[in-house]
Amino acid sequence: MRGDKVLMVGNEAIGEAAIRAGCQLYFAYPITPQSELPQLLARRMPEEGRVFLQAESEVAAINMVYGAAGAGSRVMTSSSSPGISLKQEGISYIAGAELPCVIVNIVRGGPGLGGIQPAQSDYFQATKGGGHGDYRLIVLAPASVQEMVDLTALAFDLADKYRNPVMILGDGVLGQMMEPVEFGDIKPEIPSKPWATTGRKGRDRNVVNSLYLDPNKLEEHNWHLQAKYRKIEEEEIRFDTFNLDDAQLIIVAYGISARIARTAIEMARADGIAAGLLRPITLFPFPTGAIAQAAEKARAFLSLELSAGQMVEDVRLAVNGKRPVHFYGRTGGIIPTPQEVYGEIKKIAGEEVAK
Amino acid sequence: MKQEVIVAGFGGQGVLLLGQVLAYAGMVEGKEVSWLPSYGPEMRGGTANCTVVLSDTEIGSPVVSQPSCVIALNLPSMEKFEPMLKPGGLLIINSSLIEKKAERDDIEVVKVAATEIANELGSGRVANMVALGAFVQQTGAVDFATLEEALKEVLPQRRHDLIPLNLQAIQRGAVEAE
Amino acid sequence: MKVIFDCPQALSDVTTHYCPGCTHGIIHRLVAEAIDELGILERTVGVASVGCSVLAYDYLECDWQQAAHGRAPAVATGIKRALPDGIVFTYQGDGDLASIGTAEIIHAANRGEAITVIYVNNTNYGMTGGQMAPTTLIGQVTTTSPGGRDVKEAGYPLRMAEMLATLEGVNYLARVAVNSPANIMKAKRAIKQAFRVQVEDDGFALVEVLSTCPTNWRLDPVEALQWVEDNMIPYYPLGEFKVSGEVK
Repeated sequence: MRGDKVLMVGNEAIGEAAIRAGCQLYFAYPITPQSELPQLLARRMPEEGRVFLQAESEVAAINMVYGAAGAGSRVMTSSSSPGISLKQEGISYIAGAELPCVIVNIVRGGPGLGGIQPAQSDYFQATKGGGHGDYRLIVLAPASVQEMVDLTALAFDLADKYRNPVMILGDGVLGQMMEPVEFGDIKPEIPSKPWATTGRKGRDRNVVNSLYLDPNKLEEHNWHLQAKYRKIEEEEIRFDTFNLDDAQLIIVAYGISARIARTAIEMARADGIAAGLLRPITLFPFPTGAIAQAAEKARAFLSLELSAGQMVEDVRLAVNGKRPVHFYGRTGGIIPTPQEVYGEIKKIAGEEVAK
Repeated sequence: MKQEVIVAGFGGQGVLLLGQVLAYAGMVEGKEVSWLPSYGPEMRGGTANCTVVLSDTEIGSPVVSQPSCVIALNLPSMEKFEPMLKPGGLLIINSSLIEKKAERDDIEVVKVAATEIANELGSGRVANMVALGAFVQQTGAVDFATLEEALKEVLPQRRHDLIPLNLQAIQRGAVEAE
Repeated sequence: MKVIFDCPQALSDVTTHYCPGCTHGIIHRLVAEAIDELGILERTVGVASVGCSVLAYDYLECDWQQAAHGRAPAVATGIKRALPDGIVFTYQGDGDLASIGTAEIIHAANRGEAITVIYVNNTNYGMTGGQMAPTTLIGQVTTTSPGGRDVKEAGYPLRMAEMLATLEGVNYLARVAVNSPANIMKAKRAIKQAFRVQVEDDGFALVEVLSTCPTNWRLDPVEALQWVEDNMIPYYPLGEFKVSGEVK
């Protein structure tokens, strides 16, 4: 039955979920294919007595996020690939100052101005830091409009829990498509923030800062950040599987690619090929252990991406030479068809059987 | 049951709305649904299309390369999407604007004079609903009764006065496709 | 015995890193006095920028955020929108505000963002070794204009106060100098007014303060004060450029 379901496009689902997750401020700059999100929040945030501000630039938007996060508020910005590149300076400062915030990237094809059609070619940028310095974002990769809701709520909680920026890495398909969603009971877990710059009344002054001119202090700060990232790796890995248990060929794919992989796997299964799916939901932390474990049984891996091959490097690190890791990807906004992916599955299955 | 439908036409023919009404009706009936629009510069007056998947089981790819049905409201749409149809698939043609015959003989073709019927009803803008009526009549993908509820959800409140006209268009489309 | 002169409460009891003769210290003190006199220390959040004043957060006792180069007005916007009852000010140099941060300052001013901006102009990038800034005077020798600023190559010194005064969103805008006791007293009044505008009128206020850089100007402190008088003030005239009707 329908229940409390509504049909929503992914971009709007993120916005509505953010409101329910207690997002008090949203700063952004228009860019395709995520503009439905600022358009929704321009209307909804004031309705809720919250702040919507269209910034003069991507750079200004992320720095407004820095200010509001530093003042202790739940805050979000969103953009698409070229805009996220512009935000990298601010993201590095936010990571360095350990501020919680949510950054949405509805990825489009690059490099440069690229195109406006869906892509997953910002994987390196999202998961390996992106800006300058040793830092990581928590990166969540929804594969459905419902997951855009669920992971938006989770993103705010994780950001506060770890005092770390969290990126929601979507793509143009997820942002633009409609699926039924339920908002259920989003119960934000907002901890107290005694470090926030809210005015020093009743306490010593607080300073939000990423500057450590003393190399010893900066190294200490860096090891502190790294310890936090290791803890995140221990506690926050999330992934999903489909037909994995007896799979001989495992497709590793996230987001929209995982949806296409799923259909291709159904085709393969119908033809008696034991294919399965391992879908990372967190791209950082990456489900390295789960892939390594799967490599004990499976015969081959295929990393399926809307890129020229980025996540495949992490899959190879996880498989660690134990099994062959293949790659299939399309770029520039082209989405592979399930038939196309199934063709790739057959090819690999043939090769592996021939061995 | 699984229906993978591509709806295509000129921008302004209401192809996105047709898809949304269908997706909403599917959702109301408890089906898994997805609606995926083409987006970008072609939205500004060029051709538009959307893909709707209705399924009893979880939907994998919302991107469809072999649709079970194509609803073509203009000629460029038919030329683009007819070759993609699954063998045995259904091609619904707006015969008011498409004189050309379908090229394939391994598909089922239903012609509906959607634009003319819509004009008869008083508004060329409901040609999309005529086509939707034909689709539902042919496939039984959703119940006709559910479409009214879907229209209420999809159309903004200020357009609800147009619901009777839209329902009439759906009925006429159904009759034509019988 | 009556105390007639004391360290402002808002000023930290530490030694600053500023060069001997640099007037940042005086400007810090004026800001501290304004904060004390308006009784706003407990709700004030400063935004430090990048440049010589990068460590300003060590010298004033309010809460602080340290911002990326040029971005202080955007950071201040985020803070003010999150804390509408807070008093938010940025403390920026001329490289920060007039070069890499021109977009941020113009748009914050144009929105009439209810923040106070202390803009310290010493005609060069002091922290990085005295390079040419947008404010460097015509013919002025710096480490990146060794033959003197050539307007054909580098354009003209930017008068930010005059430029920003054209924006409807600005409620209060003045240029002051801190090169003499009389000018310091005027600077004090302007800085306090710029905070008062935020406290009472909820508007955007900016004070440009002409400051010295004896180290990079290769002058002794007294000569540097005179250099402000002889070279800067003629190009950057002092005064109030905008006092909107709302400012009491």
